[in-house]
Amino acid sequence: MSGTVKLSRRRFLQVLAGTAGALIVGIRSARAASALVPPDMLGDALYDFGMFVRVDADGTVLIGSRDPETGTGVATALARIIADEMDADWQRVRVLPLGLGVASDNGKPHWLYGQQAGGTGNSMPRAWRDLRSAGALARWLLIRAAVPQLGVPPEQLRTEKGFVIAPGGRRLGYGELAAAAAKVALPPGSLLLKTPDHYNLIGKPAGDAEARAIVTGQTEYALDKHFGDTLVAVLAHCPWPDGQLSGLDSSAALAIKGVVKVIELKPDPHLPPGETVIAPAVAVIAENTWIALQGRRALKLQWKPGASGSESSAALEQQATALINSDAAPTTRLRDDGDIDKAKRKAARRVEAIYYQPWLAHATNEPMNCLVRLDKTSATLYVPTQSPQQAWTVVQRLTGLAPDQIDIRVPRIGGGYGRRLDHDYVAEAVLLAKEVDKPLRLFWTRDEDLTHDFYRSGCVHKFQAIIEAKRQVLAWNQRVASASALAGRGVPVDHLWSSEVSVNQFPAGFVPNYRSDWFGLSSSMPRGPHRGMPHITNAFAVDSFIDEIAHSLKEDPLVTNLRLIGEPRLIPQQGGGAVDTARLINVLKLATDRIGWKDWLHSVNGLGLACWYMDGAYVAHAIEVSMQGEKLTIERAVCAVDVGRVINPMGLEGQVAGATLDALSTALNLAITVKDGKVQQNSWKDYPLASMAQLPRTVEVITVPGEGDPAGASFLAMPTAAPALANAVFRVSAVRVRRLPLMKELLRLL
Amino acid sequence: MAQDHAALPAKPTEITPTPVRAGIDLQINGERYRHTGDPAMPLLWYLRDVLQLDGTKYGGEHGDGGADLVLVNGKATSAINTPMSKLAGKQVITVEGLADARGNGNLHPLQQAFIDEDAIGCGYCTPGWLIASMELLNRNKDPSDNDIDGLPNLCRCGCQTRVRQAIKRAAAAMKQGTKA
Repeated sequence: MSGTVKLSRRRFLQVLAGTAGALIVGIRSARAASALVPPDMLGDALYDFGMFVRVDADGTVLIGSRDPETGTGVATALARIIADEMDADWQRVRVLPLGLGVASDNGKPHWLYGQQAGGTGNSMPRAWRDLRSAGALARWLLIRAAVPQLGVPPEQLRTEKGFVIAPGGRRLGYGELAAAAAKVALPPGSLLLKTPDHYNLIGKPAGDAEARAIVTGQTEYALDKHFGDTLVAVLAHCPWPDGQLSGLDSSAALAIKGVVKVIELKPDPHLPPGETVIAPAVAVIAENTWIALQGRRALKLQWKPGASGSESSAALEQQATALINSDAAPTTRLRDDGDIDKAKRKAARRVEAIYYQPWLAHATNEPMNCLVRLDKTSATLYVPTQSPQQAWTVVQRLTGLAPDQIDIRVPRIGGGYGRRLDHDYVAEAVLLAKEVDKPLRLFWTRDEDLTHDFYRSGCVHKFQAIIEAKRQVLAWNQRVASASALAGRGVPVDHLWSSEVSVNQFPAGFVPNYRSDWFGLSSSMPRGPHRGMPHITNAFAVDSFIDEIAHSLKEDPLVTNLRLIGEPRLIPQQGGGAVDTARLINVLKLATDRIGWKDWLHSVNGLGLACWYMDGAYVAHAIEVSMQGEKLTIERAVCAVDVGRVINPMGLEGQVAGATLDALSTALNLAITVKDGKVQQNSWKDYPLASMAQLPRTVEVITVPGEGDPAGASFLAMPTAAPALANAVFRVSAVRVRRLPLMKELLRLL
Repeated sequence: MAQDHAALPAKPTEITPTPVRAGIDLQINGERYRHTGDPAMPLLWYLRDVLQLDGTKYGGEHGDGGADLVLVNGKATSAINTPMSKLAGKQVITVEGLADARGNGNLHPLQQAFIDEDAIGCGYCTPGWLIASMELLNRNKDPSDNDIDGLPNLCRCGCQTRVRQAIKRAAAAMKQGTKA
């Protein structure tokens, strides 16, 4: 039989019998217009069914993972939530990436598995709510299926590692029970979930479920997928997003054997950025990548700049600095607690500083690419996307196909960091595929990838703190200028700040008089979501500034931070929720204790700290550096995090260590600069991710065991790494770095 | 188990006799291949487009970043910077050949160490790290931190500290294996 159990108003658990005696439990949302997938179709058509558990007769448990895996470990963690709840044997679990779940609802798309998104930091919180129910139902059914064979009532049966076990020790494997379980009548109401003391997998370490395939080179990214007889397209984009093609001679390219076509692409000005071609471009389509690259080299191209041809990142920064130093009204006053102006009159001490942070690229290791097979009634795509639904929207608009005629497959992704929430490259791939009668792979070379991105804007932060006689920060005045990542994306002007600064960020709510102003800059450079924003730029500025306050007060920055945080209490957040200062204090103390903060004053090396909170999670870094001449060495990096319940400690530790290193690498070396409207960095040589030697040899990760629902962790450790580093550098060198990238500025100031 | 992990396979391969056509003969992961196309084609595109052996990744046009490393006669080499014309008579090992290189399909201790240390972020750069680390271990049975610092690979997910641990773990395991 098949049936459904209601999970919430719109979501249902669904049970089906598969071929060859399999039990299948999935989650579907209501209003699916398409008929249920016939059970006997399910043997091979895994992609056709929802986020699911499938127990095969041989005991293998297949778990589908709905969210794209960009390397955050989400596929492993989601699967372990289900596997734990059903007491599966992890050794017999296989995790499969699910494609986009879409059905046709009178021609409109109906998303079968709810939101599917990766690298946005909320996979875990969303999954926690409903994945356990799927596991619990599978377990409930398997136990009932065992009753007739074991001759014991269900309440006397227990489950362990893929077996249902009777009091005397007699046991039946899940595989043997799967077929019968699929025929069991469904429970009348909702099921009780495990209590934490019964967790076997949640909270225990596990490596990436795909690790073996990765180290043997078997994991296929979109770039590694093949359709038969596929053409390859490489592009030359206009250096200016608003420029145009003024001359094209493709004869030499077309004369190369194997070059099939040369096609011009243009952005559609009526579409939002990220849904159309990013800049005018010429594509060379050829029989293979090597021929296409030679074809591109043989093109004779002339581009004409648009209005952005005069833009420069240096001029934009000057404009930003002038704005925040002027009396001009801010674009948005985010927050104005107390009375800043009155507080200024009580000043015992005033501290001021300005911080400059550069533009950044996403620089995913796997460049933008997309594999498409198009015909009149279907489109099949392998897309490295963090938002399969958004990719679908782009494909649908360009093909006019019905919702379920579009098959978006999302293999493992070689890094996302927010770049793959935009789908310009999918639009390009589909437009080009329409011009040929074979499948087509769009492939961006590294230079195209670095020079045509949705960048993170550079920004300037200005702070003023008023300190009263007892060293309390009485007032905090903050002015931030940047070009919003949301501009041109249909977001109202009075909300453009939200990608740039948070209304609740530290120390808002900790200081009686607090003002936060944001000034919007206009820029033609494409901009978009970027990993860790808006926290990463703000934490660098805020936590550096607190260190400067400490220096001004001639005291240990740990003391200054703890005084600013104050007593353990809950500080309400605008828009809901509260910051638990006890948890913030805890991570700060854990990190500083571990690094040996008591030596702060006397250590030959420099010690630096920073703490932050976001979305219910808390983080602190403590970093130790040494300097010999101009050589900076990061001797130690400690990171303490509190994310509530930890699903996979090994995965979390990897995420925290990884984010720490990524943030350090970025802070040390990276900047995108624009001159005459053109991005000046086009290879790893001039966008140099940190080498092994520049990075610390270990990252000591401390995770606070928690009971609360899990918070997202994929970029939690990013914001505090850079300010802890800069603060440590100040301690060892007496040079205050207020401009990133740090190495360039440090060498300039030394 | 006295086995030298550095040893490359000398697996006999049967070649079906075909009409002789001029080309470049080479071995990839112990199998013999004849490339009859453009001798200027970089090895990376031969592996990926012609053989669909996709473990070796594209990192950039200049081969910097190390995603495209393979072993050519035991030396870590950028596949995008190596035209097929330079590979006549050479033995190429890609990430797909690391396990098979021992002849039994088992993982090499280095691969096992990457799994045990979870030295993987998105995994895209992992094949390149494995190849560079393999060359290092073949040269140096007991690499120091400074030796490991010399690896040319780049990673945005931040797997460097875990790769360092994995190399040390593999070195220890390989020493153990040689003694036993």
